[in-house]
Amino acid sequence: MIVAERKLFDDLYAKASKHKKVLLLGCGTCVTVCMAGGEKEVDILDSQLKLAARERGDEFEVTTHTIVRQCDDEFFDEEASRKIAAADAVISLACGVGIQFCSEKYPDKRVYAGVNTVFYGATVEQGVWEERCAGCGECIADKFAGICPVARCSKSLMNGPCGGTTDGKCEVSNEIDCAWALIVKRMKELGTLEELGEITEPRDWSTSRHGGPRRVVHESLRLDEGTKKDS
Amino acid sequence: MENEPTIIAFCCHYCAFTAADLAGTMRKQYPANIRIVRIPCTGKVDENMVLQAFVEGADGVMVAGCEIGSCHFIQGNVRALKRVAHAKKLLAETGVNADRLEFYHVAASQGPLFATTSAEFTERIKQLNAGGEAAAIATSAEDSTGEGS
Repeated sequence: MIVAERKLFDDLYAKASKHKKVLLLGCGTCVTVCMAGGEKEVDILDSQLKLAARERGDEFEVTTHTIVRQCDDEFFDEEASRKIAAADAVISLACGVGIQFCSEKYPDKRVYAGVNTVFYGATVEQGVWEERCAGCGECIADKFAGICPVARCSKSLMNGPCGGTTDGKCEVSNEIDCAWALIVKRMKELGTLEELGEITEPRDWSTSRHGGPRRVVHESLRLDEGTKKDS
Repeated sequence: MENEPTIIAFCCHYCAFTAADLAGTMRKQYPANIRIVRIPCTGKVDENMVLQAFVEGADGVMVAGCEIGSCHFIQGNVRALKRVAHAKKLLAETGVNADRLEFYHVAASQGPLFATTSAEFTERIKQLNAGGEAAAIATSAEDSTGEGS
């Protein structure tokens, strides 16, 4: 999932208090799971803004709404559209994709980011999320026993480990596991360690961000011009 | 000027609520400012329940649950302690004094403790309403925060 963290309250208050009527728009998918921008977090921010406005003597109206996903057109239903239209500004608590998609759909509306999108990750224990994928466009995790060196090695080394590994930890921080220590351990357990003797050639990073913004097209799924929703 | 704060007390059915009932049975008076909301366990309390109480006009919120190790649902009070600590931080961000929120441990048999805790907390909120600083409360759960988790 996409993992995010809510922005600092003072930052959000400064944005909200510039307007008369603000909609807090939550997203019910990734940011709900990582407790950053779902219905619950929308309600908390709503209460916080109301309390702070009272304390600081400001007057602005806050409304709330949460949709299933802010990265899909179909979930911006009539109710969402009506609430967005009625607000002077929207604080989107969705990831960076959601806020942009919302802005694209409602071009005349000021849409602020309510969260910082951090990474693609997994829930490693309740309340803890870790990065697992860098979205590089060419998955090589299977070559390294299911552990991705692109996302999990601080240097994204293809032939590790480097000299900065100590007792299974990375020199960047002793809270970061050395991905290559994990890879070696797991390949030993799987009995495939000898495969690491093969040097991995430099990656072609054009599939990643180095090739510019990416686009995926499934021609078989595309609708004909005449049958599109808006046509 | 009259200073009669509204205080919401989220009380666990298995301990603090029973203690409040016992306080009444024992003729121990506690301030009429306290408005009790019975909950099945303090583990039911989340941050927004507390914040919402303040939005709706509460001057103070106390969450009263079982002592560590005696939660009917095993870990509910430990979870509540963490959530109350988080809610204090969220409150402070808005400019509301975080001392207006407190967690207390009150066992079902401690009717008198419920009465004195309620009175002390009410006094704290009155002081805050009058623009003063919060006095430390000896029975506060702060000392036990973080233990048993």
